[in-house]
Amino acid sequence: MAKTANEMLEQRIGEWRAYLRRRQAIHAGDVDELEDHLRDQISALGDAGLADDEAFLVAVKRLGDLDSLSREFAREYSERLWKQLVVSPVSEKSASKAGTEAIVAVGLAIAAALAIKLPELFGISLQGAAADGAFYARNFSLFVLPLLAGYFAWKRTLGPVKRYWLAVPFVAAAVIVNILPFETGGHTEVLAALHLPIALWLAVGYAYVGGRRRDHDRRMNFIRFSGEWFIYYALIALGGGVLMGFTMFIFQAINLDAESFVESWVLPCGVVGAVLISAWLVEAKQSVIENMAPVLTRLFTPLFTAVLLVFLMTMIWTGSGINVEREVLIGFDLLLVLVLGLLLYSISARDPQAPAGVFDALQLVLVMCALLVDVLALWAIAARISEFGFSPNKVAALGENIVLLVNLGWSAALYARFLTGRGSFASLERWQTGYLPVYAVWAWIVVALFPVVFGYA
Amino acid sequence: MNISKDLVAASAAPLVLAILSEGESYGYAIRKRVAELSGGELEWTDGMLYPVLHRLERNGYVEARWDSSKAGRRRKYYRLTGLGSAELESQQRQWRLVDSTLRGVWFTSLDWARQGV
Repeated sequence: MAKTANEMLEQRIGEWRAYLRRRQAIHAGDVDELEDHLRDQISALGDAGLADDEAFLVAVKRLGDLDSLSREFAREYSERLWKQLVVSPVSEKSASKAGTEAIVAVGLAIAAALAIKLPELFGISLQGAAADGAFYARNFSLFVLPLLAGYFAWKRTLGPVKRYWLAVPFVAAAVIVNILPFETGGHTEVLAALHLPIALWLAVGYAYVGGRRRDHDRRMNFIRFSGEWFIYYALIALGGGVLMGFTMFIFQAINLDAESFVESWVLPCGVVGAVLISAWLVEAKQSVIENMAPVLTRLFTPLFTAVLLVFLMTMIWTGSGINVEREVLIGFDLLLVLVLGLLLYSISARDPQAPAGVFDALQLVLVMCALLVDVLALWAIAARISEFGFSPNKVAALGENIVLLVNLGWSAALYARFLTGRGSFASLERWQTGYLPVYAVWAWIVVALFPVVFGYA
Repeated sequence: MNISKDLVAASAAPLVLAILSEGESYGYAIRKRVAELSGGELEWTDGMLYPVLHRLERNGYVEARWDSSKAGRRRKYYRLTGLGSAELESQQRQWRLVDSTLRGVWFTSLDWARQGV
């Protein structure tokens, strides 16, 4: 009997601890300290003749209102309201794990930096008069993305069979871009160099989802990861730019020219190393810090919607058609990519169970506007496509446009059904995650088939 | 007696410093000592002691270390530092000044009252 009463008390103290622990300003050590106080108080009250549960209640009450207590702690430790990243792991056990991961990530980043400098040993220089820029452009993603895939293969403990499968696209890519007789500076070479990172990024996705290709939740996580990775990469790139600027500036002050050192070492090594470092940071912080991509989405969706609406109205008002220049298709492709990104990252952060709201309607308006603008552009181009002829660039841009148009068109349909209460939000989510392989297939077509079809021109 | 919130807040730090000048101690014991010294009149919410202790620690007036209690629990002990002793002395001077000022004005007015002014 006495034992069960004691267990009851332990359970209540455990609950109290858990409740206290949820306060951001109160850390684990503080909870320990307060618990020690609570237990002393309980035993003192017990000595005075109170039963355990009464003693517990009185002791908790004497400790004071938790809201004002956590406010006091917050006033004392204002920095605790700012979640800290990587440097401060929550417990000692996770500290050693985080340490290993940091070492692996930094090690891989250094490996990538060495990899990009390796061809120079074989006389393929990155800059200068004898530079082989085309070689680096074609192979760029192959210096770093295999390492990133390896990082996730290690992190997700991929089995041996899956590791072999993971290696296939990278080996295939290396063969394609280096064996095929590309015409130097030709359109197909440029297209291959531009599309290979996309194709291989989705191969990295295979490692990211732990080889479970059909798991839609994991695919969605990969989408989230990609967005956060991009933001981190952009931030690191900004920092790197400042670093390089200062390096050149201070060496100039003592009449030394650091420009060639910065260009041949700091820049290329930084560009590839940062890929791994941002991936590691995103992984390390995913549960610690609010995702940034959805915040930016919220901010920019209304603004882009407004711009597109105004654009459409201006077009109607002035009656001016879209001026069909050679680059116009690429511009509209980018517009669709942007709208897709806004859609994707608002989907990724949305609770599928939540009812339709104003923001959802806004999202639909944005997608519809983008579709309308794009259809107008396509219409204008279609009239003159025979005039331009089917160059690889035109076909690639057109193919991309169709891939994106199909995605956004069906998304708009699903969104409309969700808003009118005839469909679920989950089907929209599944459509997006299910569509990922389409991008990969198209990117691989451009990388592998275009050169053959268009004669490596 | 009901002591105003401001006065409790103002006196918390010097009181904790004074208690720690008697020797190393920990939260619950400090709280008990406050009750003892004030004859149970000075009412604190127990939890509020800890932010005060942590602030003193941050300012370098006290040092903390984790040890285990007799029951084997983790317990955080606090000890006064050299800086803390100096702070305590400064606090004592300040409180004495306030105290003597108040006494001065109160006794003078009491005298006047007695003289029927």
